[in-house]
Amino acid sequence: MSKKTVGLGRFQLKYHLNYIIIAVAAIVFAVMSLTGNIKHSDTVLLEKIAIAIMLATSLGMVVGFLGELSLGHAGFMCVGAYLGGKTAALLEPVLGNGILTLLIAVVVGGLAAAVFGMIIGLPALRLRGDYLAIVTLAFGEIMRSMVMNVPSTLFGGTLGLQTPRYDKKYLFIIAFAFVLIALAVIQNLLRSKHGRAITSIRDNEIAARASGINVTKYKLVVFTISSLFAGIAGVLYSYTQSRVQSANFDYNYSIEILVMVVLGGIGSINGSIIAATLVTYLNVKLQTILTGDLAVLQNLFYAIILIIIVIYNNAPALKHFREKYNFKALTARLLKKRSAKAEPAAPETDGKEEA
Amino acid sequence: MANDNKLYDSDGREIVLKTDQLCIQFGGLKAVDHVNLEIKKGELYGLIGPNGAGKTTVFNLLTGVYKPTSGRFYLCGEDLTGKPPAEVNKKGIARTFQNIRLFNNLTVIENVMVGLSNQIPCSIFESVFRLPRHRKSEREYYERALELLKVFKLDEYKDHLASNLPYGKQRKLEIARAMATNPTLLLLDEPAAGMNPNETQELMDDITFIRKEFGMTILLIEHDMRLVSGICEKLTVLNFGTELAKGDTAEVLNDPEVIKAYIGE
Repeated sequence: MSKKTVGLGRFQLKYHLNYIIIAVAAIVFAVMSLTGNIKHSDTVLLEKIAIAIMLATSLGMVVGFLGELSLGHAGFMCVGAYLGGKTAALLEPVLGNGILTLLIAVVVGGLAAAVFGMIIGLPALRLRGDYLAIVTLAFGEIMRSMVMNVPSTLFGGTLGLQTPRYDKKYLFIIAFAFVLIALAVIQNLLRSKHGRAITSIRDNEIAARASGINVTKYKLVVFTISSLFAGIAGVLYSYTQSRVQSANFDYNYSIEILVMVVLGGIGSINGSIIAATLVTYLNVKLQTILTGDLAVLQNLFYAIILIIIVIYNNAPALKHFREKYNFKALTARLLKKRSAKAEPAAPETDGKEEA
Repeated sequence: MANDNKLYDSDGREIVLKTDQLCIQFGGLKAVDHVNLEIKKGELYGLIGPNGAGKTTVFNLLTGVYKPTSGRFYLCGEDLTGKPPAEVNKKGIARTFQNIRLFNNLTVIENVMVGLSNQIPCSIFESVFRLPRHRKSEREYYERALELLKVFKLDEYKDHLASNLPYGKQRKLEIARAMATNPTLLLLDEPAAGMNPNETQELMDDITFIRKEFGMTILLIEHDMRLVSGICEKLTVLNFGTELAKGDTAEVLNDPEVIKAYIGE
């Protein structure tokens, strides 16, 4: 019933716990990797998880907070992967396959995707609901087939673009660093007056306009930032592959990102993070378990597991369990002392008790 | 708002809203047909008329939702015809809606904070990088929103989701949100719709209070004649988009033409 107002200046640990958990996990795995205690296949899994978290949180901002359906997220990732990957491939002979090349590639790929996001957003965000979904869907498909069909000297044609493969030992650490940056930007944006404005557009666009909110501006900003991080995820993806194949950025991939967002709960960044991790883990594990003739069953099992999750996500017993042991309740218990001290600074009066 | 084009009437009172032959036509239907309103500073002006008379359409014209087919309107002498809704709001016209439009998934106080958005500057860059102004402005948002909620006696509900408020309180919250945008003119679209007599009385007190406290000029649409005759000083009666009568409340309500439009012959 009651919900704490977010976005106040005061530092609130519970809003930062998700970065802390991700950072701690990344550091633990980094130490394991540097001391050689982690399998290479697991570092690949971690790379994939980092990329998925980035894609899911950035799409979650558009779908869950702005309330617009975008089906072209893989398209923006594709722009990042190809332009960032091409930049890296060009710079490699000059600067070597180091962190500097990677950073430049990330900047180029991310900004290129952001520019595309803005260009698509300008006309498309005047559309509503399903129409925007169709335009973004078309954009994704156009990007995918365009990079495949330009002269093969530019983007490698059907064979795919050859890109430098970064050392597996380190790449996932860098990817997680970018995840933290993305999370910080997205959460800071959403937990501010701008976040309130964005959510108000989702809740009631007409009332938001009447309250003086510049709806077009906010839609464009959210769309651009979302494409920026999709682009960065694309560049990181290109670094996980020795060849970037445009077929990977098809419609199904956009849907998979959307599945992560929906599974995690629309309008929940933490949910997107958890779902992205789970879905990626599930996919990779299914790929390793079901090999050979059984490989055809991968999608079947994947779908069955998703259906089971969706059905039992709302089962009363599980709901009860979650209410008792959820993130909020646990952190509330952990932070009891802290919040008791912080209370006088911003009083959280529970109206019902007083009345 | 410094502006040299301010309009004054013959008694030297400032005219806040003036509409000049405002018309809008949807296909063959003249929804609003040559409406001339003149609302003076601090006045509580009523817009009444039978269902479908075009009252809400007038509001939609005045807030930029629709663009008039012809005619213009001026706020404190500034021509706002054809400006988009957000722009009109920034210039000083705020409104509430006939069917409540709150931000249901935001808390009560956040609803008001959205209304304050243009009052306290803080760029997206400053918010994303948590620069000092972000922290300062958020604190100020919170405090100013809380003050407004206290005026409307909603402060005890501040952390509740807007959708969980009882109906009467939702109406009040909508007014609070509109007031947060610091308007020169407040448009209330059937504020008493769906309220019981007690809630209506409370609402009348609130409207009278904000008028005094903030010196607000208010234009309201209402069907509740008790409320209209109780607080409105002047009225315009619309019927099929045209002005049927206008003037002081008591006079207008006794006009046989008006009674005919409402009750029939």
